Amino acid sequence: MPAEHYLNVKYGLKSWLLTKDHKRIAMLYLISVTVMFALGGLFAGLVRLELITPGGDFLSADAYNKAFSAHGIIMVFFFLIPAVPAIFGNFLIPIQIGAKDLAFPRINLLSWYLYIIGALLGISAILAGGVDTGWTFYPPYSSQYSQSHVLLAGLGAFIAGFSSILTGLNFVVTIHKMRAPGMTWFRLPLFVWAHYATSLIMLLGTPVVAITIVLLVVERLFGVGIFDPSIGGDPVLFQHLFWFYSHPAVYIMILPAMGVQSELVATFSRRRVFGYSFVAFSSLAIAIIGFVVWGHHMFVSGQSMYAGLVFSILTMLVAIPSAVKTFNWALTMYKGSISYETPMIYAIGFLGLFVIGGLTGLFLGAMGLDIHLHDTYFVVAHFHYIMVGGTVMGFMGGLHYYWPKMSGRMYPDGWGRLSAMIIFVGFNLTFFPQFIAGYLGMPRRYYMYDPDFHIWNIMSTAGATVLAIGYMMPLFYMAWSWKWGRPAGPNPWGAKGLEWTTQSPPTTFNFDETPIWNEEAYDYDPEEAEAEYEREFGTIN
Amino acid sequence: MWDFPFLPNQASTFAAEVDAFYFALVGVTAFFTIAIYAMIWWFSVRYRRGKKADRSNAPTSNHLLEAVWIIIPLGISLAIFGWSAKIFFEIKTPPQDAMQVHAIGKQWMWKFVNEDGKYEVNELHVPVGRAVEIKMISQDVLHDLYFPAFRTKQDVLPGRYTTLWFEATTPGTYHMFCAEYCGLLHSGMIGKVHVLTQDDYDAWLADAGGSATASSGGGSGNALVDGAKLFEEKVCHTCHKSEATAIAPTLVGVYGTDVQLQDGTTVTVDDAYIRESIKNPGAKIVAGYQPAMPTYEGQITEEQIVQLIAYIKSLK
Ligand code: HEC
Ligand SMILES: [Cu+2]
Ligand SMILES: [Cu+2]
Repeated sequence: MPAEHYLNVKYGLKSWLLTKDHKRIAMLYLISVTVMFALGGLFAGLVRLELITPGGDFLSADAYNKAFSAHGIIMVFFFLIPAVPAIFGNFLIPIQIGAKDLAFPRINLLSWYLYIIGALLGISAILAGGVDTGWTFYPPYSSQYSQSHVLLAGLGAFIAGFSSILTGLNFVVTIHKMRAPGMTWFRLPLFVWAHYATSLIMLLGTPVVAITIVLLVVERLFGVGIFDPSIGGDPVLFQHLFWFYSHPAVYIMILPAMGVQSELVATFSRRRVFGYSFVAFSSLAIAIIGFVVWGHHMFVSGQSMYAGLVFSILTMLVAIPSAVKTFNWALTMYKGSISYETPMIYAIGFLGLFVIGGLTGLFLGAMGLDIHLHDTYFVVAHFHYIMVGGTVMGFMGGLHYYWPKMSGRMYPDGWGRLSAMIIFVGFNLTFFPQFIAGYLGMPRRYYMYDPDFHIWNIMSTAGATVLAIGYMMPLFYMAWSWKWGRPAGPNPWGAKGLEWTTQSPPTTFNFDETPIWNEEAYDYDPEEAEAEYEREFGTIN
Repeated sequence: MWDFPFLPNQASTFAAEVDAFYFALVGVTAFFTIAIYAMIWWFSVRYRRGKKADRSNAPTSNHLLEAVWIIIPLGISLAIFGWSAKIFFEIKTPPQDAMQVHAIGKQWMWKFVNEDGKYEVNELHVPVGRAVEIKMISQDVLHDLYFPAFRTKQDVLPGRYTTLWFEATTPGTYHMFCAEYCGLLHSGMIGKVHVLTQDDYDAWLADAGGSATASSGGGSGNALVDGAKLFEEKVCHTCHKSEATAIAPTLVGVYGTDVQLQDGTTVTVDDAYIRESIKNPGAKIVAGYQPAMPTYEGQITEEQIVQLIAYIKSLK
């Protein structure tokens, strides 16, 4: 291990809580986001346990409604949105572009505090008795009828929103202004491009959801009719405002994971990402088109039929850039020199699950079919394929890829691969049956359900158990590696990119002097990689 | 517990086409999923590090290929859009001669009123082979009426009527669900739809008992009768007589006709218009009259409005 690095320059709680180092802030996020993930997972566990049987036997209806709401709110606002950008984006963007830190280190720390305040408000809403509106907060239920702690939870999401606005701002300015000499736009790692696109959505979209929450609070507290028709409001208006943010928000959640995916596929195939500029621009295309498709959540909401048509065709268009990325990733492996360390197992898993998640999105964007599928378990299955199969796989892949950089040590790769495979199997067992239950007609957010749907729910709960085991394993071996892992050295994966030229863990200012970058991104040569391998191990066949 | 059902019953005129469309999409999904998996698998085996293979001149971009995989998915998704739009229009456009049913959703029950004024709660009887249009409204929060066997659903909003229609094709009993989260007993807001042959349906209609007992407390068991009573209780009859007077227009025979408004426009008298006239009479004033009608906002339930509509409709 290097003698001095960002982790050991200073000790003590204060040195962490007042740090301006983007890497330390990333570690703060890593801990807090992991705690929220565990908490969200706990509520998912309660939900799945209740659904083993069709009747209501384990929880009360009220507790069930609060459990699925807590699961959704925690996972969306406090895990999926910050997970990849706030941890890995924070840690890596400055290093990847050759900067000492983000443009606004203090604002970066402020973002974390806002996130923590938001999360604490969310947790206090749960401790105070819970929220039962679902993460979507649809009025008039949320504004006039629910007896639960809507205000606290709403306030939590509102404040966490500012955390993400500020993070987005920080990234945009950093990427524009702080690239090292020679690090031109088209030499940036695709991870940076993905975060750039994400940051634009955070900046432009999040204020809208903040306003929406404020309007909801005003109606609930003061009885001003905004969404409730009995006092002169319009409930469909809320849905427009909500999805105007919340559809782009799914891209806030998935784009950074796509960025990770590009890094992993390139590194472990020893190939430049195929169609680099297409992959880069598809991130921007997704960010832009993603803003005009929100009405696909509302085909049966009472919105006009013609609005539905427009939103549907735009939704079909937003599928294209995702398809482009997928094909390019797959083709990156062609003529590669491919190895299968843990991060690559995650990358392969991501690719497969994302294909299913993306294509089932077409089922839902197709109005004639969405009428049947809307608000059923088919939707639940679809977005878990994207959010868990995509984002969480990307998150786990990123964690296993960058952990040696962040901690300076290697985790046991065998355990890593095993847990990745357990997660893959558990994931499919959990969520694939939900497609079928959904097509059969099982509505979501059902505490009790018709026995027709029973077998699919049993499979799903069994799968969730396997999934939970898979997720818990890294906790142990990562913790173990923190102390006993083999020192990683600057570049344990033989990867290209500025982040692999610094020591692991890096020093506080990342580089001793401002680096100059003269290479294209992913300047790999698979033949050379093979030659090197042969020198070291001889050829297998 | 040990059955593995894959499809809900197919019991409406659009069910078969929705299913065909679904299977087409399943086919597309399976094709691309298998293609991508096969590709990764093939590359993984062939180009595993340490395995001899031709890796020379590995390409890093190809504009033709990019164009191909932009254009092919674009074509496929536009085809999907076209087919889905056709189905969508079908499901969203009720035929003119459909049988009319009213539905009121409230936490946590469904109440139906059919053309003859018969009430049902969490149950709906319909004849086979006849288009049924349901006009729905919520007394409180959002709900959604969902019939998986008919492959259709529609949100039920407070404050405004939405409609859903279907034509049942196969007699039987099928699920009715609430598909929009509505609070504590959302999952209990369920029921059955009974599709009957015309004979059975007629017999059911003639049976004065049956589900008519499901009417609200103190009601007569028939919405027309309850509507007539309300028309007096709410003193509508003091202004609205069987002939137009200087005070107010008559409501006899107005349903379905076009009415001249003060501002020169015309409006067709339908459920939404009658509801608006009762809740917000100032919004549209009939030509030649003073805005004398009092508002009933806050003094009348959606169910009572439905009863009044049923009654006004019956005035010939
Ligand atoms: C004080 C007298 C009065 C009472 C009581 C009254 N209305 Fe009216 N109503 C009017 C007048 C005047 C109009 C025409 C002006 C307007 O459109 O507001 C009218 C219009 C209507 C219309 C529109 C008729 C058309 O031809 O377009 C409907 C429907 C209606 N009333 C229903 C009712 C019902 C149902 C009640 C009882 C719940 C009721 N009214 C009670 C005076 C009254
Ligand atoms: Cu969306
Ligand atoms: Cu409901």
